[in-house]
Amino acid sequence: MDFLNAFVALANFVLIPATAYGAQLALGALGVTLIYGILRFSNFAHGDTMAFGTMVTILFTWWFQSMGLSLDPLPTALAALPFGIVVTALLLLGTDRIVYRFYREQKAKPVILVIVSMGVMFILNGLVRFIIGPDEQRFADGERFLISARDFKEITGLEEGLAIRTTQGITIITAVIVVALLFWFLKSTRTGKSMRAFSDNEDLALLSGINPERVVAITWVIVAALATIAGVLYGLDKSFKPFTYFQLLLPIFAAAIVGGLGSPLGAIAGGFLIAFSEVSVTYAYKKVLGYLLPENMEPEGLVQLLSTDYKFAVSFVILIIVLLFRPTGLFRGKTA
Amino acid sequence: MKKFLFATAATALLAGAAGAEEVKIGVVAAFTGPLETLAPPIAAGHELALKEASESGIFLGGSSIAPVRGDSTCIDAAAATAAVERLITSDRVSGILGPMCSGATGSVVQNVAVPNGMVVISASATSPSLSDIEDNGLFFRTAPSDARQGAVMADIVLEKGISEIAVTYTNNDYGKGLASAFEAAFTAKGGTVTLNAAHEDGKADYSAEVGALASAGGDALAVVGYVDQGGSGIVQAALDTGAFDTFVFPDGMVGDALVERFGSDIDGSFGQNPAAAGEGRDIYNGMAEAAGYDGTSAFSGEAYDAGALMVLAMQAAGSSDPKAYVQKLEMVANAPGEPILPGEIGKALQILADGGDVDYVGVSSIELIGSGESAGSYREVTFEGGEMKVVGYR
Repeated sequence: MDFLNAFVALANFVLIPATAYGAQLALGALGVTLIYGILRFSNFAHGDTMAFGTMVTILFTWWFQSMGLSLDPLPTALAALPFGIVVTALLLLGTDRIVYRFYREQKAKPVILVIVSMGVMFILNGLVRFIIGPDEQRFADGERFLISARDFKEITGLEEGLAIRTTQGITIITAVIVVALLFWFLKSTRTGKSMRAFSDNEDLALLSGINPERVVAITWVIVAALATIAGVLYGLDKSFKPFTYFQLLLPIFAAAIVGGLGSPLGAIAGGFLIAFSEVSVTYAYKKVLGYLLPENMEPEGLVQLLSTDYKFAVSFVILIIVLLFRPTGLFRGKTA
Repeated sequence: MKKFLFATAATALLAGAAGAEEVKIGVVAAFTGPLETLAPPIAAGHELALKEASESGIFLGGSSIAPVRGDSTCIDAAAATAAVERLITSDRVSGILGPMCSGATGSVVQNVAVPNGMVVISASATSPSLSDIEDNGLFFRTAPSDARQGAVMADIVLEKGISEIAVTYTNNDYGKGLASAFEAAFTAKGGTVTLNAAHEDGKADYSAEVGALASAGGDALAVVGYVDQGGSGIVQAALDTGAFDTFVFPDGMVGDALVERFGSDIDGSFGQNPAAAGEGRDIYNGMAEAAGYDGTSAFSGEAYDAGALMVLAMQAAGSSDPKAYVQKLEMVANAPGEPILPGEIGKALQILADGGDVDYVGVSSIELIGSGESAGSYREVTFEGGEMKVVGYR
């Protein structure tokens, strides 16, 4: 019984939240890694692309809600998601046409493109705040819990409750579907193969007749889809605020670099590694240990490795360790 | 030309004889930021008192009062300082009502009020640290210090039979001040605080903070935060994970927004905010309703009192010069004198004009003590059936 209680407490505060957060980070990191693999620069505007996609989805959600449309018990935002993706894809194709293509034709160095992407980041930053405002928006509706802590306690008779929010369930399921689709696309379709060829060796790909502009355009569309899905899932699960999306850039980049930039599998592994480290290092284990250890050995303190204020430091530390000892990342991506 | 001369002469005569002028008073509140939902009723409270005095026709020999608004935000001390600086140097106000939050108030008093010799009366800055701020006697507040709220909160919690409690506070002057005042009072009275941890406002997700609090344990969670910010996020995460279902809410959290957002999920929770019982409050609520705003909102009544005290002190001094009327604030607020309730500002102005003395009671039964702050009385509320109910005053 005590063991079960300990496990449930751990699942409630560490395993489930970290899995959902990891899935959100993994989707974000996939977008970053795709751009790095194919367009060969680190896209600093990714966090704000997520914010933009989420904002469009929220606007469509509100419109649907005002018309009385709903997917009950699922959140309405899922119906609005495709529209968000389309608008974001148009935005990214537009910025590519106006901004990035110019530098690509100049054969600009990657570091210049990084700075250019920071410029795009600031513009998007302002655009999102201008349209929806800097405040927090909550747009989750429908059933809130798959199982609530109170129900769980009643059903199982355990002392500890376990809550699984609908949004956490949706996050994990959607992430699995999206990742499966992406890998199938990259491995099995002609376009996917041409993208991988372009990523491996640009000159060889050009010689074999692959149209670079087409590959670039498709990459942007996929990135728009990944960024919007990641952003909407994060917003549904937590809440939408332009500033927190900007801050997500750090864990997302940490995830992509830890996994190995340019490696999709690495991005997923990195996302979960960062999420689990952030959550488990800042969790206070007093309660869990209290159940597991004999009575006289119960810890006095909180058994918390790091205060929650230092959550972001965890990503930094992992990033530095990986860059020091294995600069190509866990899955041997391109050098970071 | 003749007409012009006449007009000039008449104006000069009028000004000379009665000293009638337009007195400008700065109304500074956190119109944007984490307490923005509390700001409008506070500003309206300030302005209602000023309007009443202005329309009585006997304020400083028929002078009128023009309120000038400024946004002090809540967390951006630089913005608050700039807003008040502008009111003093460019709008030439004779006094400042506000700012709302403790951090902003501290920096305004030290950086603007003291150098400019300006009187500042805040209706809602409650941090204990403001009691011994270097203010040259220029800073007053109609809200009591949180040292007192901490003690009251400890009493209420213990009376509910809760002896172990976890505390989380918003990481600023207000949160830290009240949380430590509460912890000191609670432990002195025999309770145990399992964890007293800070949270940052403006995060998307507070499950990590709640995880630590849940691990520390306790029968209830005291949320010393802001209802429009991290405070509500903490409550949401605690409800979602089932970590706590009883909450203790101090003044920054007690508001309609809390009920709107959580409804019956927070049933059984309770809290308190500064507000006094009695005739004054009922009269004020009626006046506020007639003026079209909610007078029961936190600190709105105290805001009216702040405005009333300022105009009464000006009347008693016969001048809107801060150096002159600052001496009279305690005289009009405290006994002896004719007791004055809300809505009786005109009467009080007349008494003062005739050379009498008043004891302003106002909405919150105000009594200035120590370094110019209200002694304070608190309203205890509980949450039942998705509604906030007032149980009593202490």
